[in-house]
Amino acid sequence: MSETMVAVYVFVLACFIGYWVVWGVTPALHTPLISLTNAISGIIVIGALLVAGSEMGGFAEGSLGFIAVLLATINIVGGFMVTQRMLAMFKKKR
Amino acid sequence: MTTNFLALVYLISGCLFIFGLKGLTSPATARRGNYLAMAGMALAVIATLKSPVVSGLGVIIPAVIIGAAIGAVVAKRIEMTAMPQLVAALHSFVGLAAVLVAIGTYLNREAAGALNGVLMGELAVGAIIGAITFTGSLVAFAKLQALVSGAPVNFNGQHWLNLGLAVFILILSIDFVANDHFVSLVFLTLLAFALGVLLIIPIGGADMPVVISMLNSYSGWAAAATGFTLGNHLLIITGALVGSSGAILSFIMCRAMNRGFISVILGGFGAKDDDEGGGSATRAAAEKGANSAGVEDAAFWMESARKVIVVPGYGMAVAQAQHALKELTQALEAAGAQVKFAIHPVAGRMPGHMNVLLAEADIPYDQVVEMDEINHEFATADVALVVGANDVTNPAAKDDSSSPIYGMPILEVHKAKQVFVIKRSLRPGYAGVENTLYYMDNCSMVFGDAKEVCEGLGSAVREAG
Repeated sequence: MSETMVAVYVFVLACFIGYWVVWGVTPALHTPLISLTNAISGIIVIGALLVAGSEMGGFAEGSLGFIAVLLATINIVGGFMVTQRMLAMFKKKR
Repeated sequence: MTTNFLALVYLISGCLFIFGLKGLTSPATARRGNYLAMAGMALAVIATLKSPVVSGLGVIIPAVIIGAAIGAVVAKRIEMTAMPQLVAALHSFVGLAAVLVAIGTYLNREAAGALNGVLMGELAVGAIIGAITFTGSLVAFAKLQALVSGAPVNFNGQHWLNLGLAVFILILSIDFVANDHFVSLVFLTLLAFALGVLLIIPIGGADMPVVISMLNSYSGWAAAATGFTLGNHLLIITGALVGSSGAILSFIMCRAMNRGFISVILGGFGAKDDDEGGGSATRAAAEKGANSAGVEDAAFWMESARKVIVVPGYGMAVAQAQHALKELTQALEAAGAQVKFAIHPVAGRMPGHMNVLLAEADIPYDQVVEMDEINHEFATADVALVVGANDVTNPAAKDDSSSPIYGMPILEVHKAKQVFVIKRSLRPGYAGVENTLYYMDNCSMVFGDAKEVCEGLGSAVREAG
């Protein structure tokens, strides 16, 4: 099996996991769900780090990498923090 | 750090993300879920930085510091009513990052002489999805922030133009893969930018819950596509999780409007904006046969009610009426009433929008009930109070098969003993459909700004009690 086929396996199985897990999320938390998935899609920072931290990269890669890391970090930090802020507001009746 | 060890850390991160999403099953476990996801992210980033694939930190450190500072400030300052805009903006960042990573990766691999057809195909896909996510989210942001009108933009041959663009992008992709023309990659990215704009402009403001969910999904697919180009399974797993999450939300939103996903995407629905103030709203109402009531009349009814169900809509968010509504709730409870909140899935501008605003106003989440669970309770309610919601309460969706919104699930407020609708005028909602609720005998309109009316009701009920 080629590398790409392994990746396809991982992708399809992860879609199933996502499907089952997300259907379990209570509708009351759909906004935090969006902001949390937003934060974790900031995982693209890994790709950005590879571009920005490449030793053979020239000025072009450096600039692309810089902006990509910056954007992904805004996403991660902003996404997690705003999710935290929202979730802290959900309280049960005393 | 060996490759296998790095892969193991990535696997742990992926599992933590899954546990994080699983935490959102209930508000009680949600915060722990968020912490688990944070831990997963921290692990993945630290492991990547420590691995030999990242050789220089010179560019990375300032980018991370600036990005973290911006993210933190925005997250702390953002108003809860502005969540839809914030989310749209963040989606656009993921999209642009995916584009930049695709181009940067191409340059890297070209320098290393490590290009091949499969990789280039994946690069093209990553750039296309990322570009569409980027500009599509920018348009959604502009509409939500009211930088441009929320009304749909339609013109002749729009869908043909989109199709033509898509075909052209495909041709450029093939050229890029087959002939290694970097310029084709650049052009197909630019065309995908244009396609992103064109895909979102025909979609009206009130269909925004679908648009947000859809772009959420796209941002996931963009991350997954990047994972394929880099052969990174963590990106693939996370992208798939996010992509399917957004897809499910889109499905739920479409189902709640009884509209097909395709019909929402093709757009053109809802040419009108939400209602504007009208000085003679009361007179117009009388002419059309709708009852109207003053704040005192409504308060009089509510004082003696045993059970009140509040139905919030986008109008509550616009008027920032959630805190006034909390005061009213407290006054009613002090007067001996049971108060519940009924939420339609598409109320507001994004999924779960109303729940967050009510939570912000300190209304306990166990008092806030979803449509399917509360609909049978309207029959036992003394008062249903509709605050800035319209189409989702229209009985025509149930019993008038000629209505454009026929078949859409609604909150059955008309079954309550008495209905009060707080609204600025009788103007139809986004669907452009007359709400037959307003002309029913048990329904009275209370015209005015949602916040002011709720404040008035609150103090009137308090004084009587």
